[in-house]
Amino acid sequence: MFERGIGFVENPYLPYPVRIEKITIETEDRNLKTFRVSFLTPEDEKKFAYHPGQFAEISVAGKGECPIGIASSPTESGFLLFTVNKAGVVTTHLHNMKEGDIMGVRGPLGNWYSLDEMEGKNVVIIGGGFAFTTLRSTIVYMLAEENRKRFGKISVVYGARNEGMLLYQDELSAWQERSDIEMNITVDCSDDPFCKYHIGFVPTITEQKITSAENSVAIICGPPIMIKFTQPVLEKVGFPPEAIIMSLENRMKCGIGMCGRCNVGAEYVCKDGPVFTLAKLNTLPKEY
Amino acid sequence: MDIVKIRKEKLSEFLKKLKDRYRLYGPVPQGNMVHFLPVQDAADMDLSFQNAILSAKFLFLPQSERLFEYSLDSARDDAHILKEVRKDYSPRAVIGVRPCDARAFRLVDVNFDTEKFRDPWWVKAREATTLVGLGCTSPCSTCFCTSVGGAPFDEAGLDVLLTDVGEVFLAKALTDKGENLLKTGKAFETAEKELVDRATTIQQEAAAKIVSRVDTSRLAELDTLTLFEADFWEGLHFACINCGVCTYLCPTCWCFDIQDETHGSAGSRIRNWDSCMFPLFTLHASGHNPRGEKIQRVRQRFMHKLKYYVDKYKNGVACVGCGRCVQHCPVNIDIRQVFQLMNEYKS
Amino acid sequence: MLNYTSKIRETARRLLTENRVDAVIGFKKGTVPMTCQPVLITTPEDVDTLYWDSFCGVNLANYLPKRKERIAVVAKGCDSRNIAVHILENQIKRDQVFIMGVPCKGMVDRRKIIRALDNQEPLEVTEDADTFVARGRDIEKSFNRADVLQDNCAICIRRNPVIYDELMGDPVPEQEGIDRYADVQELETMGPDERWKYFEVLVGPCIRCYACRDACPLCYCPTCFVDESRPQWLGKSADPTDTMTFHLLRAFHCAGRCTDCGACERACPMDIKVRQFTKKLEKDVIELYGHEAGMSLETRPPLDAYRPDDPEDFIR
Repeated sequence: MFERGIGFVENPYLPYPVRIEKITIETEDRNLKTFRVSFLTPEDEKKFAYHPGQFAEISVAGKGECPIGIASSPTESGFLLFTVNKAGVVTTHLHNMKEGDIMGVRGPLGNWYSLDEMEGKNVVIIGGGFAFTTLRSTIVYMLAEENRKRFGKISVVYGARNEGMLLYQDELSAWQERSDIEMNITVDCSDDPFCKYHIGFVPTITEQKITSAENSVAIICGPPIMIKFTQPVLEKVGFPPEAIIMSLENRMKCGIGMCGRCNVGAEYVCKDGPVFTLAKLNTLPKEY
Repeated sequence: MDIVKIRKEKLSEFLKKLKDRYRLYGPVPQGNMVHFLPVQDAADMDLSFQNAILSAKFLFLPQSERLFEYSLDSARDDAHILKEVRKDYSPRAVIGVRPCDARAFRLVDVNFDTEKFRDPWWVKAREATTLVGLGCTSPCSTCFCTSVGGAPFDEAGLDVLLTDVGEVFLAKALTDKGENLLKTGKAFETAEKELVDRATTIQQEAAAKIVSRVDTSRLAELDTLTLFEADFWEGLHFACINCGVCTYLCPTCWCFDIQDETHGSAGSRIRNWDSCMFPLFTLHASGHNPRGEKIQRVRQRFMHKLKYYVDKYKNGVACVGCGRCVQHCPVNIDIRQVFQLMNEYKS
Repeated sequence: MLNYTSKIRETARRLLTENRVDAVIGFKKGTVPMTCQPVLITTPEDVDTLYWDSFCGVNLANYLPKRKERIAVVAKGCDSRNIAVHILENQIKRDQVFIMGVPCKGMVDRRKIIRALDNQEPLEVTEDADTFVARGRDIEKSFNRADVLQDNCAICIRRNPVIYDELMGDPVPEQEGIDRYADVQELETMGPDERWKYFEVLVGPCIRCYACRDACPLCYCPTCFVDESRPQWLGKSADPTDTMTFHLLRAFHCAGRCTDCGACERACPMDIKVRQFTKKLEKDVIELYGHEAGMSLETRPPLDAYRPDDPEDFIR
């Protein structure tokens, strides 16, 4: 908060300080790590009330910030989870940090999956590669005891290049055991003759496993190529564009719709998104 | 408050009184150009200028602004935690702002001061600043403020409007801030009716001197995707060299970048002007660049100013017709031509 | 030089009709007095847009690097040397480009005319041989070309294109008795502190718009050093140290390649005389290596070639 000058304005650029509690290497190429962080100031956690689908700007003093989807669910308290891919300046530095180190998070930012509007509906969740992070948040939220009954059938199609590249493998196994969620995990290819997952690309498995769009909503999150081939499958099954929900990525800086960088048409991915229905995206220039 | 007159030979006195309360800025000739700079005396300023090369936007959005500071020294218990940099938001007054620039700041306000988020530095700087505008008696041939909602003596965004009536300036307070400024300057001499009438004539004549016009009538109703996929971008983009001249000189451009800079173990998070014209503006860490082609960037600039902004804020176009980009684009890309191409487009 | 316009149009029409090139890069008349806009003409029907006058200071060689098509380009003396440099640096192939050479009597500096009109805006400027008449709202003045030339054109000794496929006009006499380095020598007499102060003041107004870099045909790096982030070479803020670093390093990248075309100074919105950086390097390269940029397709630029007799007294 500014204390001096005329009046005072809350500062949306100021991160909450957090401590890295645990770092888990998610993938065999070690390029994806999950950071479990806790707020240094407990009140900050209350201010950070978020919804599945939102993201935060992870702030590393001296390096900068990067926008990362929140992988934890609001039903999990006391910490936040971020699964970070090592890609650029900030994420490389993040990957070299240790448990106990201090960094910052700013948020929660962006809009979120409109889960309230999905009540009573069947929810199809399709994810590819490391875009699965906010989908984990969504699944954990929906499976939470107080939420599960609000939704119909939950079906998941999640694919990665191979077994070693799947995220949250322990949780995936646990979900596979449950009867209140249908898990269809697939890998593009495998050397393992005893591979316990499907083998095939996400669009192919989607076509096989998602056979009805009746009273359903599809949330889809993944690399552009996966979306390009999965979208027609969903359309064929009968999902109208309003019922296909996507999450975009773009280069960001401020994360609050002011620096002008992340726009797609008149929409800022950081503020008016990152969640958009396909119907909405179809009205926007394809510049993402 | 009545319209008051400030005799030109008393301008120094007026400013001297203002200095008790405000930090003053005015148009200062430097080399062959005019810049808005701190002024101590009326003699520092040249109020017969046309317009400053850079708008006074830097007073609210400095080209480089330290936002936060941090220490990386692990011996400190506040290491890695960002702290706000103290700023001086004591009152400031800018003398001689042109109405187009003042209007521009209003257009930019909708970006920085929103329901959900308020940019503290922009908001505080705006609150701390009183804008004393100087209407344009002789607009340039490339000014087209009247076509985009403005006028040479437009009052939007100003706190005081000055009209040059020969030996005196007539000063009209437009807001409480403006009244306070005139009171601080002890400008109490009411202007005689003849002067006020003369000022009105000057203002009307000035508006009539605007020769450059653009038509914006169809921009709101045109379909975004149709404009986006129009065929004229191909011919329009060739000359562009993707520099930042248009965006940095433009009073309605606001894009910025945020960078951390560390020296030893102490550093700052700094905000700098950035431009959608630069090739790396939208480059992802993965290497993917949604606007990696020059045509995409040129299209973005004009679509944003003349279409996306129009649709998003229902505030008109993000252009005030100041003419800086027209005068200074190194390759003479003329936004007035783009207005025409876009507004007249039929697929 | 107005008469070049018809020859340029005629040549462009012929080249396109005979399918000898896919496109022609030239100028069209600007929308503001004393400006021209670079334009790409792809059909014979459009050639009448092409235009030439003494305000065509933009260096069209800037638009050549990595072009895929067969391209014709209008080139003054300095521009043609930049095309030679591009060919030597593998940015374009010789047989890909048809050079429409323009013997140039010097480009006029628009700002000099504006200043001479007491900063009254010129509404119309007409050109007739070497006389220019500028008319403002209530002022009219006439100028001789020699008095209002761009700074680089005033000292130009290479006005005729050095490589070309066709000339758009008769060669012009080269200027004689020109001291190209009087300003550099003045700087060389200054001590280091005084010189540093001079350059600090020079780039004080710089707003890092990069117009100088982007107008320069030599600056074609896919990622400019100022934009690199891993590692990051200089900061992006308006810090004077970073600004000075940008200008100094850019000038060094131009050493032995710069033809003093003046596009950088012409593009700068803050009217900074950025050629003060490159002139010194031009002088050094001539003195140390006897090399003038872009004069021949046979000689490699000195900074990418090794000769056993290269000077080495600066290696201590």
